[in-house]
Amino acid sequence: MTTTETSSLQGAAAPGAPAGGPVVRIAGLWSVFGQGEKAFAVHQDLDLVVERGEMLSIVGGSGTGKTVLLRQMLGLLAPTKGTVEVLGRPASEMGREGAASRVGMLFQHGALFSAFSVLDNIAFALREQGSLPDDLIRDAALVKLQMVGLKPEHATRMPSDLSGGMIKRVALARALIMDPPLLLLDEPTAGLDPTSADEFCALLRELHAALGLTLVMVTHDLDTLFALSSRVAVLAEKKVLVTGPPREVAAYDHPFVETFFRGERGRRAMAPLSSGQAVAGET
Amino acid sequence: MPPSLAPSVAFDSSAGRALPKGDWTAASFADRATWRRLQRELRAVPDASAWDLTGMARLDYVGAQILWRHWGAKWPANHQANDAQREILAHVEKYSQCEKPAAPGWSPLQQIDQLGVLVLSGCSHLKELVELIGQLLLDFGRMLRRPQRAPWRDVSGHLYSMGATALPITALVGFLIGVVLAYLMALQLRQFGAESFIVNILGISLIRELGPMLAAILVAGRSGSAITAQIGVMRVNEELDAMQVMGIPHGFRLVLPRALALALAMPLIAVWTTLAALAGGMLAADITMGITPAYFAQALPAAVDAANLWLAMGKSMVFGVLIALIGCHWGLRVEPNTQSLGQGTTASVVSAITMVIIVDALFAILFKDVGI
Repeated sequence: MTTTETSSLQGAAAPGAPAGGPVVRIAGLWSVFGQGEKAFAVHQDLDLVVERGEMLSIVGGSGTGKTVLLRQMLGLLAPTKGTVEVLGRPASEMGREGAASRVGMLFQHGALFSAFSVLDNIAFALREQGSLPDDLIRDAALVKLQMVGLKPEHATRMPSDLSGGMIKRVALARALIMDPPLLLLDEPTAGLDPTSADEFCALLRELHAALGLTLVMVTHDLDTLFALSSRVAVLAEKKVLVTGPPREVAAYDHPFVETFFRGERGRRAMAPLSSGQAVAGET
Repeated sequence: MPPSLAPSVAFDSSAGRALPKGDWTAASFADRATWRRLQRELRAVPDASAWDLTGMARLDYVGAQILWRHWGAKWPANHQANDAQREILAHVEKYSQCEKPAAPGWSPLQQIDQLGVLVLSGCSHLKELVELIGQLLLDFGRMLRRPQRAPWRDVSGHLYSMGATALPITALVGFLIGVVLAYLMALQLRQFGAESFIVNILGISLIRELGPMLAAILVAGRSGSAITAQIGVMRVNEELDAMQVMGIPHGFRLVLPRALALALAMPLIAVWTTLAALAGGMLAADITMGITPAYFAQALPAAVDAANLWLAMGKSMVFGVLIALIGCHWGLRVEPNTQSLGQGTTASVVSAITMVIIVDALFAILFKDVGI
């Protein structure tokens, strides 16, 4: 699967996406936390480009700034130095009006609005636009609700009455209500049991194909990584150490890659790959 | 981004075809004027016309939903669309054929039902409050039996955060109230030439009533809400469940230290507030009527019986325990959502202040023969 093919195939199905150019472009990024003597850099001169239609996983040890990178793409954190561009515009402009139609974010714990029902959570961004009639918004939210594998009768439930897997699904539907071309995911399968995690991965793959999404995710879970990514970026030594298809990255020679991919858990997760099955990410 | 084109529909009357154009995406309907114009154009399209979607720049699910609704939830007999559009519309078709969850309606029976729920919840509040008081007494007994195992560190922390840090604000409010009262009374007393009675009036009213009340209301607003929010967030984060699982009782570790700290701090804050108010009163009396602070201080013990001070401290202790208990009660009832946390905090402050005033009235009736 090459990027050019993807764009031509899914061009019509991916609304709001720029016709050309990378979806995310990070150049010369420095992220420094703390002041004066206590200051420490998480990223030093980091470069990363995410092309359209990709499913990119960002991996790295704890404290290597994976979530920081996601938050910078969302414009929630300003970079100390360097540029972060999303859909050809600086990330600091992301939080402006209509952001929901440019990028969707699936937070690790869902971050559902606990005072709203499931349907109101999903419809929130569309309703805030304030132009479309309410019954149309409800219908659109119901469609998204069912696309993520929930049933219409779940629509009136409150977030506190949902299971972990359902919270993730509702959060996903909420992130997708405006059909943004880019979806960011923070630990999409953390806290899910293996069956739900597999189902959730399958769902994400399905939506990736159906909506022509570009996925950028941070994950620790190797199964998710191999199931979902078309490309992996390893964060280490304060920059992107190596990027490439999962199998190539796993063969890279570096202590972190060694323990992460070729440890006991890594070998187990990679077993299906070496036994000749298609890489799940290649849809 | 390529220039975004406003969504529109043109009707080709010679061929009987509707030709939607532009971006039919959620973001492009954000503009009300665009949406109204599009609705007008949609209404102008005759019902049985053919649809040619191939001229659209983009179509997303919201756009598809609008089309689908306009078509009356069925495909038009004659239509042209590319594969991607067809897929989106097929999804919308598939997922629109479901039972819509009904919006809650209004019925008189429901109102009666709600009244019943209200009464029952009132009863459950009373029951829980009684339980909380009983548990507090039991925990207090447990603490007296084995004082070395009591949560003293928590008590001292709460003493600081609810007592010591309340001193500036209570002093400021007390001082200002003292000044205001003295000024107002000076105007009245001067008419009767009874200026020196300012000592009696200020002394009795501030020491016996206003000092403890002011302090209690300020602390209820300050610490009552803090207690509810702290415990409520612990409920939301499942910290309360974690404590229970470890076999650490909520009453002993959460309620008792707070109740004890406020029981100790409240009388002291009340005395402190009273002193500040008296200082304010002295200053105002000196300025308006020339009653010197020296005379004020000299006349005060004769005007106000010492029993008033003990009564004030006694009821302040009761206020402190009440504020802590009400704060804990609402905190423990918080459900894991933000709205409930907000409601609990509001209810905690309102009920604590109301309770303080009610109990103060009870004290006034019970001890009407003491110190006056």
